[in-house]
Parts: sequence; structure tokens; C-alpha cells
Amino acid sequence: MKTTQQKDNPALQIKPKAPETTIWRHHHILDVDDFTPEEIELVFHTTKAMKEVLSRPIKRVPALRGKTLITLFYEPSTRTRLSFELAAKNLSADVANLSASVSSVAKGESLIDTLSTLQALGADIVVMRHPRSGAPYIATKYIEASIVNAGDGWHAHPTQALLDLYTIHEHKKSLKGLKAVIIGDIMHSRVARSNIWGLTTMGIAVTLCCPPTLLPVGLNEEPHQLPQVNVEPNIELALDRADIVMTLRLQLERQQSGLLPSIREYIQLYQLTEARLARAKPDALVFHPGPINEGIEISPAVAHGPQSVINEQVTNGVAVRMALLYLLAGSQKQ
Amino acid sequence: MKPLLIQGGRIIDPSQGIDVSGSLLIADGKILWLGKGEAAPPQPDYDVLNAQGLVACPGFIDLHCHLRQPGDEEKETIATGTRAAARGGFTTICCMPNTNPPLDNQTAVEFIKSKSALEGVVRVLPIGCISKGRKGEELAEMGELASAGVIAFSDDGEPTTNSRLMRQALDYSRAFDLPVIDHCEDKALTEDGQMNEGVISTKLGLRGISDAAEEIMVARDLALAQLTGSRLHIAHVTTEGSVELIRRAKEKGIKVTAEVTPHHLTLTEEKVIGYDTNAKVNPPLRTKKDIKALIQGLNDNTIDIIATDHAPHTEADKLCEFDLAQFGISVFETALGSLMSLVPDGEINLTTLITKLTQEPARIIGNKYGGLGTLAIGASADVTIFDPDLEWVVDTKDFASKGRNTPLAGERLKGKVIATIFQGNLAYKDDSIKVKVK
Repeated sequence: MKTTQQKDNPALQIKPKAPETTIWRHHHILDVDDFTPEEIELVFHTTKAMKEVLSRPIKRVPALRGKTLITLFYEPSTRTRLSFELAAKNLSADVANLSASVSSVAKGESLIDTLSTLQALGADIVVMRHPRSGAPYIATKYIEASIVNAGDGWHAHPTQALLDLYTIHEHKKSLKGLKAVIIGDIMHSRVARSNIWGLTTMGIAVTLCCPPTLLPVGLNEEPHQLPQVNVEPNIELALDRADIVMTLRLQLERQQSGLLPSIREYIQLYQLTEARLARAKPDALVFHPGPINEGIEISPAVAHGPQSVINEQVTNGVAVRMALLYLLAGSQKQ
Repeated sequence: MKPLLIQGGRIIDPSQGIDVSGSLLIADGKILWLGKGEAAPPQPDYDVLNAQGLVACPGFIDLHCHLRQPGDEEKETIATGTRAAARGGFTTICCMPNTNPPLDNQTAVEFIKSKSALEGVVRVLPIGCISKGRKGEELAEMGELASAGVIAFSDDGEPTTNSRLMRQALDYSRAFDLPVIDHCEDKALTEDGQMNEGVISTKLGLRGISDAAEEIMVARDLALAQLTGSRLHIAHVTTEGSVELIRRAKEKGIKVTAEVTPHHLTLTEEKVIGYDTNAKVNPPLRTKKDIKALIQGLNDNTIDIIATDHAPHTEADKLCEFDLAQFGISVFETALGSLMSLVPDGEINLTTLITKLTQEPARIIGNKYGGLGTLAIGASADVTIFDPDLEWVVDTKDFASKGRNTPLAGERLKGKVIATIFQGNLAYKDDSIKVKVK
């Protein structure tokens, strides 16, 4: 009875309705490499509806009522985990959190055993972050619940890429033909990998800018395995007439492992400063997935400047994740 | 035991240049008679194994496998490993010394020999360590190992990083005319590497293992082999560059032999997509370009032999995150089926394939154990009988090996071992075939 009432109550409905033409076929969200432009448009469309929900005085709809979402984090995280938790609660899901450090994982339980336990506990959706590339792919073989990849090793961070795309979508009339530059530690970055897929899928040209020691190998060799990108190690040249500038967090241990001579030199060569940003288009947007090393990969003036959309990224993160959870729930067997 | 007639098959023995249809009579563990066409055997009393439509050839010899005993019996034992070998058509297998404790002393080698005599179903020839404890610090007592019966020296899995020690090993081994086998890997370059370095490792976000890491050590070893004039054997060659280096070394007369595995000849790095830990192997699966060079290397004899690098692991060793999974593939029982995929398209002909599994590894082992890899009259009756056309699906539940770790599970292969005869006894027989007792 309750359900019917909710259905009839316009305040509890999500608007606008998704386009009928695009069918959502993902049971898991592992990466954006298997998303079509139409599916990404569907995510945009659904996110817009979720933003409308978030603008209400009571930011809650019953879309995931009765569903259990568990976050399983093997790595520390502030914004991603919180963002997922809020997104799930806004959709009325039951949420439980499992941290590797406090759980039996610390006692040596294997990933597969942990997943079996979550399965037995009745999880419908598992949001998973893991330091090893591919861990969520392995998880899908042992659990029926939907797996949402919240970051795996160097490999992928699909919800970050989708929230970045959505943020671009909010600012730009059309995505096709834009120029994006990703600056920083591309080799070890799951954010960069997923963004390369997401941006190129939407017709945005991608330039990678980093010291060659931080550039992954095999780029532009097999377009069916990895999208075509431009590589420009000189930051001034890379930024030329860019529409989108994405900076990445520099893990300070990269210097210890010999990939950089010093952090000082990295700052000199690769920090996004106001002077350098001036080479991009005047309306260029500046991104950072956080957490920021202010004064290393990005100057404080740029991070907090008028072109920065770093806070919007965080806000949109909740809406995009609501959209994705909503779409996933719709794909699950009732 | 009654003599056994292998009747009416295609008999291929590269060691004698034979490829005929005919019959083979074995008695008292030896090859007694080989008759062409319908020729009748010289004596009337024998059992019959009908080999119509099948190929009979010398038993396969594997110069590189891991039997895991002593120390890792949950992965494999001499009992299970030799049965798996027999199912794959191998009658002689050479086990690597990376056991626990390692085969760096006479006692450990004697253990392998006595255990295989008691529990094995095919011939097991041990390989001894280069260095004490496989630590790469000081030479193992290679002379004593040689007299205990090892057929080569290797610290397999641990490349001999110290070039001086490698030189000493090559020099010292010359006294026993045994080869030194090196697993070529520059560990500083491959640290934490998970798969071939290239577009797929970038796509998957896994740390790569570059071609250069192998080729640097191949080049160093070849230089040391030239310097010492000793016998060097390069284990599991996987890159185009290594093939070129070995080809050039052979042209210069350096005493080098080399092996390639069935998986490096038939599978590419794309097998890793989806993070299949059963495709995680060291050296890693490479690219189509490398496969082409490896096949060419086999055909022009740059690469002398095919060896399995059979590396069984438990389910738990592979049922985990890709980075944490053990390296290695269980190969014995799929080797022939994989390799036969190269025959129909003419990438390698059947006789060459058999040569690389029989005559050539026998040449590297030498005569210490009698004439191996041949069907010559009087030789040990080690015979492999296979159906080159039989299609089958790899079901790891059927494996005799404890290691079910293969990326070929569920795949259809063409070419299957039907019977394996070791010293005149049936070490393995497919259910489809019956020996007719006369």
C-alpha cells in the first residue's frame, strides 16, 4: 500500500524521466570503457533529476528502499566513500560500511571470503575500493550483488570520470570537439585512465602532460584497446587553447622510487599556475579529484580561483552516484 | 609382461628420419621391431593396441617442469606430476630444483630419484641448483650433483643476477659437460611486474614486465657463454629480441640451446584481459609479433626445443587479486593440444613439432640415461600415441595434476594423447582405447 501511495505522490517522484530509447544494461559499474555515449547521456539525464531531488528541502526519495548497500574500502577515502554513503541514503537504501583496517580483513581474510560474507549478509550493491587493479572484476565472479568500482589500483575510477564529465556537461553546450589536458602522474592514476575513456567517448580530445617517467607505455599503439591521445610533456604547449584542465594528485613516494629527481623540480616543470593556465582558453575549467597537495601539482591561487570547479566536482559526485545507483537498482531482478 | 604390438599407425621418429604407416613391437621394455605397412611381426605372441588413425612417436621429453616435491606437496607431488606428464604424452621430465629444500645437494637429488622410482609413472631427471640455496651467492657442489645424476644446473625462477657467479657456474660446469639453464630476467626492471609491459598492461593498470628485462639477461648470458665456451641453455624464451640475440649467437658458434613453452607459442597478453589469474605467468604472455618470431625461431632451429614450464599451483594461489596471485600455468595435460593448433596452418609441421619434443631435448640431455627420444631398435620403449584430429574440451576436473591453473579451461583443443608407454608399460591410456589381449 505504502509503495502505491509513494508512486502517486509527485513529491517523491524523480523527474525528468529517463529517455525511453536508451536501455541501461550494466549490472556492475567497473569502468567507463564499456559505456556508450548514449549511456553517458543517460547518466547525465538521470543526474540532473537527482540534482533536482537534492535541491528539495527533504532530499530523499524511496528509489532504493529495501536495498542494502555495503561500502567495502581497502584504502582510505574521504570524499568517495562519504559521497556514496550520502547518495545511497538519499535514495533510502540501507547502508553499512566495512573498512579493511577494522574488519576481519586485517586478520587475513581473503577478498573472496569477505565477498561471500557480504553476499550472505544480503548485500544488493557493493561499493568497493581496492589497492589492486582488477579486484572488482574478480569480485563479480564470486558475488551476485552489483559491484560499483570506487577505485581499483591504477586501473579505474569510473564514478569520478562520470562526475567530471557531468561537471563539464553543466558548463559547456556541447562536449564534442573540446580539448582536455590531463597533467600529472598519469601512469599510476586510475582517475586519468577512466577519464581518458570517458572524455574520448564523448568526443573530447585528450592531451596527456607529465614527465615521461610517469607516462604509461603502449599509448596509441592499438586504438581498439586504448583510445588515441596526444602526449605533450611541455606544460605550456599542452595547455594551449585547452577547454578542460585536469590536475592529478602527486603521490610523494614517486620521488623516492626514482621517477622524479625532486618534488622541487616537479613543481617547477608541472605545477598548474595562473601564468600557465592563461595559455588555456579564458573559460577553461580546472579539475582536481582531491585530495589536493596544494602548492605541488596546483597553486593555491588556481585551486581556489574563478576557473576551479573542484567544489562542484564534489557536489556533483553525490548526484552522479545517486543516478548510477538508481540505474543499477533498476537493472536488478526484483 | 607380454609383448605389445602398436598396430597400423603413422609412425614418426625424427631421430631415424622415419615417417611411415606401420606397426611397432615392444617387449621387455625395449623397442623390438618396426614394420612398415602390413608387415607382420617376427613373433606371434603379443597384445595389440590398434593405432589406426593415430600417430606413434618417441615419448615426449620435457626439459623444464616443476613437481613441487619436496616442500609444496599441496601444489603437486612426484606421483601426481608424473601422472599428469603421462596424460600429456611425456615419458621423461626434468624437474627444476626450486623445491623446499632446493635440490642443491646430493641428498635432495637422491630423494627425487628414489621417490620417482617408487611413485612416479614416467622417468624423472632432476636439475640441480647453480648456487647453494638458490641464493645466487656461492656455487652449489656441482660436481657432487653431477655424480648424483642431475642433467643440468639452474636456479630457476631466480636468475643468476651476479654476473661473476654466472661465469663461474658456466666455467665449472664444463668439467661435467652439463648445461647451465638460466631464467633470464633483470629483477631490477621487473620488480612487482604482473604481465607483459605494453598497451594491455596500461589498459588494465597492472605493472608491466618489459621485453628488455629478458633480453638484457639473454645478452649477458650469451656473452658469458662465449667467454667461457661452456654450454648455456636459455629457459622459456618469449620475445622477438631474445630470438634475434640467440640466432646471432648461434651464427657465431656460441654453445647455446633454447626452449619455448606451448603457452608462449599460442597465447598472447590479451588472455589477461578480465584479470584471469590463470593467465599470470613468468615470463609473461607476450604479443602476436613475439609469437611469430618464436615460431620462426623454432623452424630455423634458433630455438631447439619445446618445454612446458609446467607450474602447478593450488586454487587458493590463484583465487585472489591479480597482483597477489602466483605465477605459473599447469601445462602437461594441454601441451600437445595447444601445440597442434600450430600445425593445420603450416606454422610448424608435425615432424618439426615432434622433433622439438623428442630428439632435440634428448640431444641436450645426452646419453647419460641411454638413448632417449628415439624408436630405434633396442631403445627404451618410451612411446607416445596421439590422435592428431581428436577435438576435446579442457576440463580441469579430469587433470591428474593437482594444479588446475590453466587459462585454457573450457577451451576446445584439437589433438589428444591416447596412450603413453614408458619402458614398455602403459603409463596412461585414454578410456576410448582398449588393448586387445590375444
